[in-house]
Amino acid sequence: MPEVLKAPLVVEFPFTRSLGPVQSAFLTGLRERVVLGVKTADGRTLVPPVEYDPVTAEDIRDLVEVAPTGTVTTWAWNHEPRRGQPLDRPFAWVLVQLDGADTALLHALDAPGPDAVHTGMRVRIRWAGERSGAITDIACFEPYDGAAPEPGGHDGRFEEMVTGIVAPARLDYTYAPGRAQADYINALAERRTVGERCPSCRKVYVPPRGACPTCGVATSEQVEVGPRGTVTTYCIVNIKAKNLDIEVPYVYAHIALDGADLALHGRIGGIPYDQVRMGLRVEPVWSEGGRYPDHYRPTGEPDADYETYKELV
Amino acid sequence: MLGTPPAREIAVVAFGQTDHLRTTDELSEVEMLMPVLHEVLDRTGLKTSDIGFTCSGSSDYLAGRPFSFTMALDGVGAWPPISESHVETDGAWALYEAWIKLLTGEADTALVYAHGKSSPGSVRDVLTRQLDPYYVAPLWPDAVALAALQAQALIDAGDTDESALAGVAARSRAAAADNPHAQVPGPPPQGEYVVRPLRTGDCPPSRDGAAAVILAAGDRARKLCERPAWIRGIDHRIEAHSLGVRDLTDSPSTRLAAERAGAFERPVDTAELHAPFSSQEVVLRKALRLDDTVNVNPSGGALSANPVMVAGLIRIGEAAARIHRGESDRALGHATSGPCLQQNLVAVLEGDPR
Repeated sequence: MPEVLKAPLVVEFPFTRSLGPVQSAFLTGLRERVVLGVKTADGRTLVPPVEYDPVTAEDIRDLVEVAPTGTVTTWAWNHEPRRGQPLDRPFAWVLVQLDGADTALLHALDAPGPDAVHTGMRVRIRWAGERSGAITDIACFEPYDGAAPEPGGHDGRFEEMVTGIVAPARLDYTYAPGRAQADYINALAERRTVGERCPSCRKVYVPPRGACPTCGVATSEQVEVGPRGTVTTYCIVNIKAKNLDIEVPYVYAHIALDGADLALHGRIGGIPYDQVRMGLRVEPVWSEGGRYPDHYRPTGEPDADYETYKELV
Repeated sequence: MLGTPPAREIAVVAFGQTDHLRTTDELSEVEMLMPVLHEVLDRTGLKTSDIGFTCSGSSDYLAGRPFSFTMALDGVGAWPPISESHVETDGAWALYEAWIKLLTGEADTALVYAHGKSSPGSVRDVLTRQLDPYYVAPLWPDAVALAALQAQALIDAGDTDESALAGVAARSRAAAADNPHAQVPGPPPQGEYVVRPLRTGDCPPSRDGAAAVILAAGDRARKLCERPAWIRGIDHRIEAHSLGVRDLTDSPSTRLAAERAGAFERPVDTAELHAPFSSQEVVLRKALRLDDTVNVNPSGGALSANPVMVAGLIRIGEAAARIHRGESDRALGHATSGPCLQQNLVAVLEGDPR
């Protein structure tokens, strides 16, 4: 049995998010080392503050400053920090109810070990050295046994309000395409194109995905198709893709390989872009060491009759 | 609303699930899914073309594969186009949508399925992406960390302790010894702390798997299944968004969903609870007022097999299957989604008197 194909896959994206007025004031406040909460209709102070009352769903806008000190309401000892977490040494996750607040904020607590942490312990914010208006402006919490300072009475209006955050997200995967697609990719590396036939309707799918979308049954009978095929439809690409070294304009086409009941797609070369047409007969061109066709070029055969490929357009 | 029976008799008439495995490198999602689709179709004698409505649950984030649910649709014969829908959450919510569809009378049968292939990524990290993107997600608190905060809150409140949690884990795994699909059959050691106070044994083996259910209405259900599991009610509710606003030791959303689903009208004999962490079973038992007369998680629950996006649907399927086999007359199925039991669904199922 051929080896199971696998490859690393990183999905990474910087999410740009705009802020509502309450979030904007809270995160701007963190930049200025001021912690703000928001008052609900029933008089509670929510920290971190939200735009809408969690009970009544009313807009809430009444900001109030709370203290940078508070009490741990629950905790969990994290002996193996993971990427992106606030501290890179063992720490406690904590929910902290800041003095003046009625709800708790999630963050990290820098403590020497689990024996130094308990529910009810007093903590204070340790500010990050560089602050930009983000929850990470709080570097973490630290144990604190002093008195709670008087809150400053800030009204939430600052110079240069933060109106958005950029939140980078990255997830790492090991991608495995599964049996049918692995067989297809392995065959391509030997310059063969292999589809799979549906046992029920007898259609040959290229590339195979392991199932017939019409019959809903597994495909497994391998069928070599091509190498030649027919252009069933195409488009002319006029915009250069990032990181792609192909001169524009070029033609991208649907190609029904001989013996296949589904068209795959590929680039057409070896012919001026404005001479490509439906019915053009093409064959793959393999580059040295390439694991798949670099492009398809005309074979010089007469064009295929429309009737022979109209079901595949 | 309370006490009103559903507008139409609808039942779970078949349930199937894969063996839940640590990795399934050799299978694409559709390849993993197809055997269970065929299992439930074979059991009822239905063909894909007989199905009135198809609804699935999954998340692209698990395998990092965009539009994976459309690929999975190949397995149900979705071309030419069928009446179909998808939810980006546990398949239990797909079952809810299908139940509504059948209640409207627009369809008489529905195929519901869910698949989760989380082995390509790190599910602990992937699940951080569902959190509040402003205040929480930038800190990357993983799923175990958040569950551990809830567990500590329960310990502080005197609702449980570490040895009681170990007892929940051991009971679940012992029950799974009879479940051929479970990934962790039989009791393993409770293990080291993952995030204290939760140990390995308190955490779910979240791996790859798929499940499928067929729903049918009225006489159609009676034809397809010897003892249909009639759905007496389903409801789902959600907690406030922010963890620090909630009382983590309680689950008012579960209690409300159960009330609206009719769970408290008469006692159930069986409850399949979707508690991925041992500590969450403590919360759910309290919210659902389950006493020792109720057989809780005879399948072994999510602590024995927790394919993400599938485990909730499996709970309803397992509850229904016990009714099919005559091992239960009135069962509760529960599903959860999000951190610390954020969102909860409760279904009440009954068999006809024997």
